[in-house]
Amino acid sequence: MKFLAFAKRNAKEIIRDPLNLFFGLGFPLVLLLLLSIIQKNIPVDLFEIEHLTPGVTVFGLSFITLFSAVLISKDRETAFFARLYTTPFKPSDFILGYILPLLPIALTQGIICYITAMILGLKPSLNIIIALIFLGFVSLFYIGLGLLCGCILNSKQVGGVCGALLTNFSAWLSGIWFDINLMGETFKKIANFLPFIHAVELERKALSGEILKALPHFLVILGYTFFVLALAIFIFLKKMKNNK
Amino acid sequence: MIAIKTEGLTKKYKDIIAVDNLNLEIEKGELFSLLGVNGAGKTTTIKMLCSLTNITSGNAFLNGKSILTESSKCKKFISVSPQETAIAPNLTVKENLKLICEIYGFKKEKCENKINELVNQFDLSAILNKKAGKLSGGYGRRLSLALALISEPEILFLDEPTLGLDVLARSDLWDIINSLKGKITIVLTTHYMEEAEALSDRIGIMKNGRLIACDTPACLKEITETDSIEKAFIKIVKGENK
Repeated sequence: MKFLAFAKRNAKEIIRDPLNLFFGLGFPLVLLLLLSIIQKNIPVDLFEIEHLTPGVTVFGLSFITLFSAVLISKDRETAFFARLYTTPFKPSDFILGYILPLLPIALTQGIICYITAMILGLKPSLNIIIALIFLGFVSLFYIGLGLLCGCILNSKQVGGVCGALLTNFSAWLSGIWFDINLMGETFKKIANFLPFIHAVELERKALSGEILKALPHFLVILGYTFFVLALAIFIFLKKMKNNK
Repeated sequence: MIAIKTEGLTKKYKDIIAVDNLNLEIEKGELFSLLGVNGAGKTTTIKMLCSLTNITSGNAFLNGKSILTESSKCKKFISVSPQETAIAPNLTVKENLKLICEIYGFKKEKCENKINELVNQFDLSAILNKKAGKLSGGYGRRLSLALALISEPEILFLDEPTLGLDVLARSDLWDIINSLKGKITIVLTTHYMEEAEALSDRIGIMKNGRLIACDTPACLKEITETDSIEKAFIKIVKGENK
């Protein structure tokens, strides 16, 4: 169970960074509060709390990608990583050690968002639990994406790609902030091809109790999660070998 | 008994030969220093012996086990303190020690005992709850070395352990390294000639990836008719000792 020791270390590295706490927990809450206030003054269907909360929980996961990518890319550049290479640590210990601590962090982020949403008027229901379970699967996709970016990019590039590009992709191509039908067919096709809108729709359907309607989106997310995790693990192992 | 034996150990990076046909034997419990100017191949040699970099040709045996075919077995009894301070910066000193104990699969009691032992040996009690990233250079190196000793290695590789330290911090580390002499086989690389002279049983001098001299500090001075390892090193590297 060496990976558990490494997972604990990784969780501490992430949690002890105040910027991570702000962006991971604070920023989604700020968005939720701000858009709820806007909704009260200028009612927009998209910003109704039942509609907004699932989107914000998914958007918050793009920061989880950033955390994991930053941690991995920074680790790769340090002598600490070299030290671990010389221990009887296996590649699976590295991979599990990076993935596992982010899952509870992602779920905590989602739980805090839903608690805040309930304070703001979201009706408590069993569907919230179901939405959180699905959020666990969605978070695996975002964690896998972080692992992938952390393996192929250096720490400076990670800031640009995950910090700017991914959060924008996750915002514009997910239908959280505006209806993508307004953007024309090409934009809609691109958005539907990518996983972000499916992640948001999966959460929205789960929260509204429409499980059957959620399933097609769930399958897309499962496919993307499998693809991204497999690719990340393949590249991680290849990098470990090539670094030699 | 031979602890480390290299046979034609070679590392090439495209057209550059970083280590060229290194043949070396180091006795168990010996402190062996590798000296050389930048790019001489010291760190690459250590990286190959620790399985941190692949070997182009040749082989090396650690306690009789090939690093080519039995590297996972070798990893159980070797340890390394890399050139840069190898610590987890956001963990405290104690958490760093505990992490490495857990990675080596120590039970809770053994983990506590080992931490206490190293805290005393390296005088870390004052900074035990301080984040490793906030430590001074000297304490950082001490912690890095303490982490390398957790697994109770039989062979320890120290890559420029005192680089960038002030005189006092360096002297403290020398005392610690001296206390390990005879108990652990140590391979040390350094740019500080006085360090090699003070600590080493034998010194190997590398130039352009090749081992061009290997003997005790006294013999190296005798061969070169000099009174210090620094002068002997300069003579040997410049080829003036013939």
